[in-house]
Amino acid sequence: MQPNDLDRIARQIRLRDLQAVFEAGAGHIGGEMSAIDILTALYFRVLRIWPDQPKHPDRDRFVLSKGHVALALYVTLAKRGFLPEEEIGTFLKPHSRLNGHPNCTKVPGVETNTGPLGHGLPVAVGMAKAAKLTGAGYRTYVLTGDGEMQEGSNWEAIAAAAQFGLDNLTLIIDHNRFQQGAALKDTNDLAPFRAKLEAFGWDATEINGNDMDQIVPALERRGARPHAIVAHTNKGHGISFMQDKVDWHHKVPNAEQYQIALTELSEAL
Amino acid sequence: MKDVIASPKLHDCRDAFVAVLERLGADNPKVVAVCNDSVGSSKLGGFKSRWPERLVNVGIAEQNMVGVGAGLANGGLLPFVCGASCFLTGRSLEQIKADIAYSNANVKLVGISSGMAYGELGPTHHSIEDFAWTRVLPNLPVIAPCDSIETAAAVEWAARYEGPVFLRLSRVGVPDLLPAGHRFELGKANLLRDGDAITLIANGTLTHRMLKAADLLSEQGIEARVLNMATVRPIDVEAVVAAALKTGAILTAEEHSTFGGLGSAIAEFVVAEAPVPMKILGVPGIFAPTGSAEFLLDEFGMSPAAIAEAAVALIARKSSRA
Repeated sequence: MQPNDLDRIARQIRLRDLQAVFEAGAGHIGGEMSAIDILTALYFRVLRIWPDQPKHPDRDRFVLSKGHVALALYVTLAKRGFLPEEEIGTFLKPHSRLNGHPNCTKVPGVETNTGPLGHGLPVAVGMAKAAKLTGAGYRTYVLTGDGEMQEGSNWEAIAAAAQFGLDNLTLIIDHNRFQQGAALKDTNDLAPFRAKLEAFGWDATEINGNDMDQIVPALERRGARPHAIVAHTNKGHGISFMQDKVDWHHKVPNAEQYQIALTELSEAL
Repeated sequence: MKDVIASPKLHDCRDAFVAVLERLGADNPKVVAVCNDSVGSSKLGGFKSRWPERLVNVGIAEQNMVGVGAGLANGGLLPFVCGASCFLTGRSLEQIKADIAYSNANVKLVGISSGMAYGELGPTHHSIEDFAWTRVLPNLPVIAPCDSIETAAAVEWAARYEGPVFLRLSRVGVPDLLPAGHRFELGKANLLRDGDAITLIANGTLTHRMLKAADLLSEQGIEARVLNMATVRPIDVEAVVAAALKTGAILTAEEHSTFGGLGSAIAEFVVAEAPVPMKILGVPGIFAPTGSAEFLLDEFGMSPAAIAEAAVALIARKSSRA
């Protein structure tokens, strides 16, 4: 699938995500909008996956470490055929398997349970290491938030990945510059990431994480070391009044804002 | 049983663990060991020399160790994640909750040198909270074998069981108590001695002390039932209720805090199903002073003589209720 087609799918996923947040009255819309282009490129172009066989041993692994944007993953999985699309309407409802953070024991296509931050990357290192030990050809991708990189467990895993020579591992940092309560730079500013990752023995590339023409080649890049993509994104990307506003970490649009957002995303379709 | 107690040959249960692990490793290339620089203290040197590539040493990084274990299982391997129990459970509790238990990952967590095995090193290295921390987690069987025979059997069982397991091992020498060829059954206590005056329940390093206490009680004409209860979760409710109904009093002892451990787990069912007088022996909710494990167990009223005394007092409470 080509970047133009991927852009169209990403807009459809944004629209469905927005609707689901509005209907559920909750969600993490800012970080969902920043990550959706990356999720789209992964699920509709890069990942070797079989929706009818979600546990296929040769499947590529994707770990959503920033588990609070579960809704964006659910919408993507549904669009890719892992879930019935109408099930998105159950998001956060009583007894729905689509809770606020993904559950691999219930939702096909989810590899490990995330929610507490700093968990996905260590698990992804284990997945990539397993492929090295068994000779399996699958590749492992993990998406973290930039604020999430403040968790020390990530740096334990980054060091281990380099030590283990995991050239089959790709980390994408959704660098939207905001965490829950404030800008990254006003909290515990880890940026710039690239030099730090390179110092740990990784290859690192920086891209515009909302530009398919840059996302796809970065995800498809292969090298001799673990690969980190520092994806510069915009929180709330695609909805003008949300962009780069920390308030939209998990705020829910009111009826008027919802209509504006719907219009903007629909026009883009 | 008496001969064993009188002149015990003591075994370090880590030896039984690694002997089985290496046997499993020889039969199944998917068996891998994961550790936090603990090759020596987990006795993984033999495994490492046989299969160096299958010993995944993440360095001193327990959170990463547990996450890596979950990922290895996702990739189809059978990981035994080994580390000092105090660090494995305390440092990585959230990883155990989210990555292992909630994700239902087929990972075997092996807490080494649990309880007060590192007695002299102080409370940072005591692992007397690990039953409490782990047994509240769904999907996670919690097992503390009493001897090398049960350790070997539990490791064999864990490898066959599809799902997470927490094995809590010690390095403190214990005599063999269970018969050779014993097969481990999850959630099933072992009747080591029958009696109807009181039931003594323990696991790990306390089971053989309970048997010695039962001998002392027998010398006084008191016949105690002794149950070895390696599985802290799920509790053998049937054995607990039968003990309450048949003997009318239950005394527990464990190398753990008296809060939240084996005794608490038993009490949860005793109060609901068959209330009888109970006493829980363990570390009474404090940071323990310096001393060897054996010294500290004696210090906290878990010498065989002190256990026997506690049993007599509990039996008196039972009589006063009648």
